[in-house]
Amino acid sequence: MTKDRSKRRKLLAPIAETGHCGVFLVRMLGSIRLERELLISTLQQTYLIGARSLVIILISGFFVGMVLSLQAINALQQFGASDQVSLLVGKSLFRELGPVLTALLFAGRAGTSVAAEIGLMKATSQIEAMQLMAIDPVRRIALPRFLAGVISLPLLTAMFNAFAIMGAVVFSIGVMGLDPGIFWGKLQSGIYFSEDFVGGVWKSMVFGGIISLIAVFFGYYAKPTGEGVGTATTRTVVLSSVLVLIFDFIMTSFLL
Amino acid sequence: MQDPIIRIRKLVYRRGTKVILDNISMDIKRGSIVAIMGPSGVGKTTILRLISGQLYPNRGTVEVNGKLISSLSRRELYACRKNIGVLLQDGALFTDLTVFENIAAPLREHTDLGEEEISDRVMAKLSSVGLAETGDLMPHSLSGGMARRVALARAVIMNPKIVLFDEPLTGLDPIAMSTVGRLIRVTNNQLGLTSVIVTHNVEQMKKLVDYCFILAGAKLIAEGTPQVLMHNDEPAVDQFMNGRVEGPISFNLQSSPADANAR
Repeated sequence: MTKDRSKRRKLLAPIAETGHCGVFLVRMLGSIRLERELLISTLQQTYLIGARSLVIILISGFFVGMVLSLQAINALQQFGASDQVSLLVGKSLFRELGPVLTALLFAGRAGTSVAAEIGLMKATSQIEAMQLMAIDPVRRIALPRFLAGVISLPLLTAMFNAFAIMGAVVFSIGVMGLDPGIFWGKLQSGIYFSEDFVGGVWKSMVFGGIISLIAVFFGYYAKPTGEGVGTATTRTVVLSSVLVLIFDFIMTSFLL
Repeated sequence: MQDPIIRIRKLVYRRGTKVILDNISMDIKRGSIVAIMGPSGVGKTTILRLISGQLYPNRGTVEVNGKLISSLSRRELYACRKNIGVLLQDGALFTDLTVFENIAAPLREHTDLGEEEISDRVMAKLSSVGLAETGDLMPHSLSGGMARRVALARAVIMNPKIVLFDEPLTGLDPIAMSTVGRLIRVTNNQLGLTSVIVTHNVEQMKKLVDYCFILAGAKLIAEGTPQVLMHNDEPAVDQFMNGRVEGPISFNLQSSPADANAR
């Protein structure tokens, strides 16, 4: 009987946790007040988790652009269509690879650091101290980090895409000797602002929300021990990566 | 006689089936410095959590400033906490803020004061704990004693009526210990506070506090001024106050980490 109950509880735990996370999100959004403090701390967090992720995003973007154009030229050459490379690279970047790869890198770089930071604040009684001072830690700690994630990821995705295009330029034009006029012309005429660019921005905003929500949630409810903080960090990166891929499919099927 | 500012009556607190505090009654007088002492894991920190409303008793009552803590709504509890300063173990300073911003945090949250007024108040408190030059430092660059003094300044920035101290002297060198101890006394007298200190440091308490409560085995075994307790013949009190290995308080039993589990 007890065994059955504990088994059932184990099976239901993910559902319960999803509900808990939803309640946490509502509580966090409900605590939004238009005030200077929130603006300042959100900007600070945008710098800490957004701007500081820039180097890894730029380097990755550049090499993704290079390898994409390498593969594209290799495949298109067989059909005598290597001048279409910029279109292929552009479409795949703006629609899929840009938002998804940036989100995965962001989950690894910023999501983990947010989860670990909040978990450590809990382990060192900072969250408790805040409650005792009648300061709501969800508003003071979780909300600015969540908002910063939603703001940062579309911006980082734009930078990722820009550097990926640069990587494609370096490889296609610099190495493979493709005509620059054709490269830029195809890119300009084949990529649409509303369909390709804005669609990618929407996606990355949702991904930013998912990653930062999971990071603040797991950090906030981490066990206040070293092991607890470690588990929160690992779970953040694993779950947010999987959810990004799942939501990518869902959103793509609606956006197309 | 003046009403006690904290009144605990027949308090019982259980965690699962384990009784942590059993039938505890205490009166804490306004303006006094009171110590709650006892071996590790006996439930001293739990009492602080019951006073601050982080935990609720299974039976009995906790009244702070005439208000029954367990009957307060979340908003009323938060309002009540504005009158209670808390200094947690190790200070619990916010690591993402400077020393100045740490102390200013409660003011920014609960008042509409301008920057100049906030700055004046924070600097006055920092000076009172002898750390006027440290406003721009981050908490990680402070020593243990300095962090504790900054936390004390933060705990009293809202001019509370009560300050709760959780092991304020643990882990400090003798000089820092005396400095923090003296600051607690000076702050208490200057601001007219009531200070409740949880500790197991008998020597420091003898110098610092006006009144002591001693807990052992989930019960309140003695209370009185430090001088009276030093000469108490009760075997458990004598064992604790003089740090004897042999006696009614079993080390093994008392080492169950009740306080650690409360987190």
